[in-house]
Amino acid sequence: MARLKYATDFDKSVLLNNFDTRGWVQVSTDDDWNIYWAGVHNIRNIFSVECGFRMGDDQVINHFPNHVELTRKDLMVKNIKRYRKELDKEGSPLAEKDENGRYVHLDFIPLTFMLPADYNLFVEEFRKNPNTTWIMKPCGKARGIGIFLVNKLSQLKKWSRDGKGNSFVAPTAKETYVISKYIDNPLLIGGKKFDLRLYVLVTSFRPLKCYMYRLGFCRFCTVKYNANVSELDNMFVHLTNVSIQKTGEDYNAIHGGKWTVENLRLYLEGTRGKEVSDKLFDDINWLTVHSLKAVAGVISNDRHCFECYGYDIIIDDNLKPWLIEVNASPSLTATTSSDRIMKYNLMSDVCNIVIPPGEFPDVRWNKVPAKENYGNFDLLVDEELAQAELLSQEVKARAGASNATVRGARDLRKPTTWK
Amino acid sequence: MNEDQVAEQFIVDLLQFLKSSKLYTDLFNAAQIEAFKPSLRVSELRKGVQSGLINGGWDRKLRNAIYHYLHTHPQQPTLPDPEHNKEPLLYIRKAQQTWEKKILKSLNSMCTELNIPLARRRAEREQKDMAARWTELGTDGPDLGQIRPVYAPKDFLEVVAGLQNTNYQNSVSNGGSFYNFWGIIQVPVKLKTINQLRVQYSEMSINQCQTGVDDLPDIPSELFDADRAKLGNKVLAANHAPVAREFSKKGCPDSMRGEMWCQMLGVEVDEVDILYYEQLKTCVLQHDLLVDNLLYKDVKLTATNDDHYFVFEDYLYQVLLPFSRDTVILKHFSHNCATPPKSYIRGKLGVEEFAVVYPPNGVIPFHGFAMYVAPLCYVYNDVVTLYHVFRQMYIQYFFRLHSVSSDPQGIVALSLLFEILLQTNEPELFFHLKNVGCQPLKIAFKWLMRAFSGFLASDQVLLLWDRVLSFDSLEILPVFAVAIFSFRKSNLMKVQTYNAAEAVLADVTTLQVVPLLQLALFSK
Repeated sequence: MARLKYATDFDKSVLLNNFDTRGWVQVSTDDDWNIYWAGVHNIRNIFSVECGFRMGDDQVINHFPNHVELTRKDLMVKNIKRYRKELDKEGSPLAEKDENGRYVHLDFIPLTFMLPADYNLFVEEFRKNPNTTWIMKPCGKARGIGIFLVNKLSQLKKWSRDGKGNSFVAPTAKETYVISKYIDNPLLIGGKKFDLRLYVLVTSFRPLKCYMYRLGFCRFCTVKYNANVSELDNMFVHLTNVSIQKTGEDYNAIHGGKWTVENLRLYLEGTRGKEVSDKLFDDINWLTVHSLKAVAGVISNDRHCFECYGYDIIIDDNLKPWLIEVNASPSLTATTSSDRIMKYNLMSDVCNIVIPPGEFPDVRWNKVPAKENYGNFDLLVDEELAQAELLSQEVKARAGASNATVRGARDLRKPTTWK
Repeated sequence: MNEDQVAEQFIVDLLQFLKSSKLYTDLFNAAQIEAFKPSLRVSELRKGVQSGLINGGWDRKLRNAIYHYLHTHPQQPTLPDPEHNKEPLLYIRKAQQTWEKKILKSLNSMCTELNIPLARRRAEREQKDMAARWTELGTDGPDLGQIRPVYAPKDFLEVVAGLQNTNYQNSVSNGGSFYNFWGIIQVPVKLKTINQLRVQYSEMSINQCQTGVDDLPDIPSELFDADRAKLGNKVLAANHAPVAREFSKKGCPDSMRGEMWCQMLGVEVDEVDILYYEQLKTCVLQHDLLVDNLLYKDVKLTATNDDHYFVFEDYLYQVLLPFSRDTVILKHFSHNCATPPKSYIRGKLGVEEFAVVYPPNGVIPFHGFAMYVAPLCYVYNDVVTLYHVFRQMYIQYFFRLHSVSSDPQGIVALSLLFEILLQTNEPELFFHLKNVGCQPLKIAFKWLMRAFSGFLASDQVLLLWDRVLSFDSLEILPVFAVAIFSFRKSNLMKVQTYNAAEAVLADVTTLQVVPLLQLALFSK
C-alpha cells in the first residue's frame, strides 16, 4: 500500500477520515506532500509568479490555477457568452438561434449583466420588461451573502453612479456585482422552492475529462415559495443556501432540507413521466459539459491539478435546468448523518479517480481511471478516449469490418451527439 | 343454500349493485345515444347498440366494475348474524372490543385533561384563514405540545400477543399442548406454507426479469427494459384491471405506476370525485376535531422528520384531514372486525339518539398512520387523485394492519406467518434470538403494521406495494420481513441482547426488496 503524504488546509472529518483510512500520512504544507487539499486563498500563492514554487511529478493539488474563470460569477458568464459567440461565428449547429435571437441549445444561463460595467445595457433590458424581478449577486462572495432581489431601478442607484463615472478603473471582485434575470417560476415540489447541488470532478481540461457524481442533492427552502412582491425581501423564501436556511425557524436538523437526486428522479418520473425527466437529466449533463468546454480554452491545464466543482442548478417549472453558479470549494461540512456519509463517499471516489488506488500520483499518467474506481461517479466526457474511439472506428471502417458497437450502458449523451 | 342458489343470489346482488351505481346511468345514456344514431335499423336495435357500446369502450368499463365488485365482495353466503361477517370467532371479537374501549377511553381522557372538545365548530374568520392556508397547513399549525398519539405499534402488539383461544387449553401443565407456538402469537390461524407461497408468487421467481432489478441503467435495455415499456403502454391502453394486475406482478416502471395502481384499485377520478373532495374539505374547514390534532402530531413526528417524505408534508394534511371526515369509509366496517367508536353529544351521554360516530370515518389514527399516505406522494401530485387512491388502499388493505381479526390477511395472521416462516427457514436464528430475549416479532411488528413505509428507501416501498396490489395480498410483507432476518443472519447470530438485535436491524434503508424476496422464496 502506497503511503502517500497529504497536506490540507481544511480540518474536515470527511477529508481526514478518508486520508487516514488509506494509510496516508499528514504533513505540513511546506513539506513534500503528494496530495494537497488546498483552500482557494493558498492556491493564489502557490501558483503566483513570485512564489517560484514548482510542483514535483508526484504531487497533485485540488484546484486549477485560474479556476476563477469558471467559479467567479462574472467570469463564468463572460466565458460562456464568448464561447457561444465563437460557435456562432464558426457556424456550428450548436449555436443555432430561434426567432427571438435566443440560443436554442446553449441557453442555460439566465440573462446576466455585469455591474457597474454593463449598467446601461441592463437599464435598456429592464425598460423593455419593467415588471420582472432581477437578482443581484456580489462576485466575490459565497454562501448567499450579500444577495438581494431587485424589481425597481431605484434599488440600483449606487451602481448607476459608478457606471457613469471613470471606466478606466477596473473594479475588483469585491465591488462588482452580477445581475441576472430572476427565475420566478422555479419548479416547486410540495410548494417549496429548491435547487440542485451536483458535484463534477474535472481531471483535465484539454483534453476534457469530467465525471458527474450520481448522489447530488436538492436543497429545499423551509418556507413556501411566494412570488409576491411583498416577499422579495424574505430570503427564506428565495435563497436555498443551507447557511441561510439553517437560521430559519422551521429548519429541521434531521433531514436538513436535503433531498437526494434519486428521490427527485423518482418523483418526476412518477408524476411527469419518463421522457421529460430523462430529458431534464440529459439537459443537465449537456449544460455541465458545455460550461466546461466554454472555459477549457482559458484555464491553464496544469497536469498536477484536478478540481471537484459544486454546480448549483435551478429547474424551472418547464423542467428546464438553469446554471446558477459553479463553486470551486463546495462545502465539506456535513449537516446531517446521510450528508456526512455522502460527502465521505464523494471524497473517497474523488481520491480513487485522481490517484489510482495503491499507487503514488504521477503527472505522466494518462488520467484514464479503471471503471471499477469510478465509485458513484459517471463519466461525462473523456475527449481523449472519444477521439481514440473515433479513430479506431474509422480504421475499422476502412478495413471493411462491420462496426456494430454494443452500447452496454444506457447513455449519458455521448460526445458524438454534439459533433 | 346449495351452490346454485348461492351463485344466483350473488348475481342478483351484483346486478343490484350495478344498477344503483353511476355506471348504470352512464351506460344507459350511452346506449340511448347509440340508439339514436341514424345508421341504426330498428330490426337490429339490440346488436347495433351492443356493438356501438363495445366500440365506445363501455364493455371494458363494465368488466372493470364487475371485477372490482367480485374483488371486494366475498362470494360466500352471508351469514345470519352480521357480527359473523365481521369476525366469526368470538374470542377475537371480544379482544377487539376490549381494545377499542381502551383506545376510546384514552382519547376521552386526553380530551378532558387538555380541555379540548372532541369536535367544535370553527368561527367564520378562522374558516377563511384556514381556507387561505390550505396548501401550507404545515407551517403555523396548532400547538401540539400536549398531544400524544393514542397508541403505537408496540401497544397494539401487546393486544395481539395476548390473544388466547379459550377453547384450547395450551398450558403444558394440562398434559401437553394441542399446538405449540414458539413465537409471540398464540392464535391458531390457517396459513399458507412456503410452497404455496412460492406458487402464489411464482411471477417473481429468479428466472423472470423484474422491474427494479433488471432495468437498472447498467444493464442493456434490450434485455428487458425496452420491451417492458412497450408492454406497459399496451396494458395501460387496454384499461382492464386484471390485465394491469398481471403486468404489475413483475413490478411497475416508475412512470407507469400511477395509472397502473389506479386501474388495479378501480379509481377513476371524475367530476363527482372532485366535488366530493371539495365537500370533505369544507367539512374540515367548518369543524375542528381533536383527531385533527392527532393527525398533525403524527405527521410532525414521522413524515416531517423523514429524509424521503418531508417535502410532502403539506400534501399529507390535505389528504388526512378530509380522510377523517369521509363517511364512505364506514362501509368497510361490515367486513372489518373493528367497530367505529361512538361518541355522544355534550350532555347526552348514553342516549342513543344523540350518538355519532367519532371520528366521522370511524378510524382513530395511531403513531405512524401518516406514513400510509407518504409513499403515494411520489406517484400522484394531484391531491384529489392522491386522496382517492389512498382511500381505496385503506379500505382494501391497510385497515387489516391495525385491527384484530382471524382473517388470513389480517395483522394477526401475518404476524403468525412471519414467525412460522422464520422458524421453518431459519430455525437456529429464531432460537438464538429467542434465547437472548428477543422475540423476532417484536422487531418485525412495526414493519408489518406500517407496511414497511418509512423503513425502506422510497422507491423500494413502492416496489413492495406494487406486489401487494398486484397479487392482492399482504402476505408479501411477512415474507419480506423473513428475508431481512435471513439476510442479516450472520450479524444477528452474534448478538447477545435485545438491544443489540434491534441495532442490527435498525437501519434497513439500504435493502433492495426484489432480490431479497427472490432469495427468500426461491433459493432453497
